[in-house]
Amino acid sequence: MNSDFFLSKLDALVAWARTGSLWPITFGLACCAVEIIHCGASRYDLDRFGMLFRPSPRQSDVIIVAGTLTNKIAPALRKVYDQIPSPRWVISIGSCANGGGYYHYSYSVVRGCDRIVPVDIYVPGCPPTSEALLYGLLQLQKKVSRSKVIKAWYSI
Amino acid sequence: MYSNQINFLTKLLVSVPFWIKSIKLNRKNQVVVQVKSENLLSFIDYLKNHMHTHFELCIDISGIDLINTKPRFLTAYQLLSIRKNSRIIIEVLGSSIPSITEYYPSANWMERESWDMFGIFYQNHPDLRRILTDYGFKGYPMRKDFPLTGYVEVRYDDTEKRVVTENIELTQEYRSFEFTSPWA
Repeated sequence: MNSDFFLSKLDALVAWARTGSLWPITFGLACCAVEIIHCGASRYDLDRFGMLFRPSPRQSDVIIVAGTLTNKIAPALRKVYDQIPSPRWVISIGSCANGGGYYHYSYSVVRGCDRIVPVDIYVPGCPPTSEALLYGLLQLQKKVSRSKVIKAWYSI
Repeated sequence: MYSNQINFLTKLLVSVPFWIKSIKLNRKNQVVVQVKSENLLSFIDYLKNHMHTHFELCIDISGIDLINTKPRFLTAYQLLSIRKNSRIIIEVLGSSIPSITEYYPSANWMERESWDMFGIFYQNHPDLRRILTDYGFKGYPMRKDFPLTGYVEVRYDDTEKRVVTENIELTQEYRSFEFTSPWA
């Protein structure tokens, strides 16, 4: 009983630390990337959630797939995702990244970025507003804050 | 403006009559000249360097797939003369035509794109590779007989730990719309 209490407190600490510093990598593919820029700019201001855009996958926790994922960029996206150290999360922004969207039947477009990387949060819209993206990020924060890594590992 | 174009058109016809296959004003009063592919380079040379024309810029190169005619492809060049404030459209028929890269370096990537999308071959092009489509892409996507969804799709293979290319398998049928009837 005592150790359970200790572990869940430790989990809460780890989750709190992770929640407060979700660093997304700068990875914009198309017009949806403009909404990310809005989100990061002064009006919505991601900095106040502890989210700083990092130019390197090795320093980031989140990858935001924003825009049409074409066949040509798909291996590059996977490579960037693989370079992010664990724990890592993926947010898919907009119809194109969610399921191909407008370009679903095109010869050069991946029909949803979940064919390439595992996705945590989907944000619908074409493009989704910055508020929607921010809401998605807050949902991810909620997901991260509820994770119980140590307890799950201990109870095995 | 209109009389200007007519003036230019007649002057062109008088100065280089043998290189011109046909010449007309389209419905937007732009001068459209059709030339044979063997006369293209000399015609372009004239347009770029002659003091009456001075078309210094190649604005765009586009391909057209006229699927049921022979020859099948048409290449259209848009040239702009800053000095004379005038534009001209040149059309060339044929699936293998000379490259104009030595006259307009900007034509390099445009011809590559046209090659990529239509498979029109540009002779003596310095670097005729695909420019937009995926590495190892097969077919020419802007041709009329190219299927909309193409032939391949990609996904991440967890056992191979890489993105693999596979033959396409559509989970959802094509949607067809009946625009004349409000019920269908």
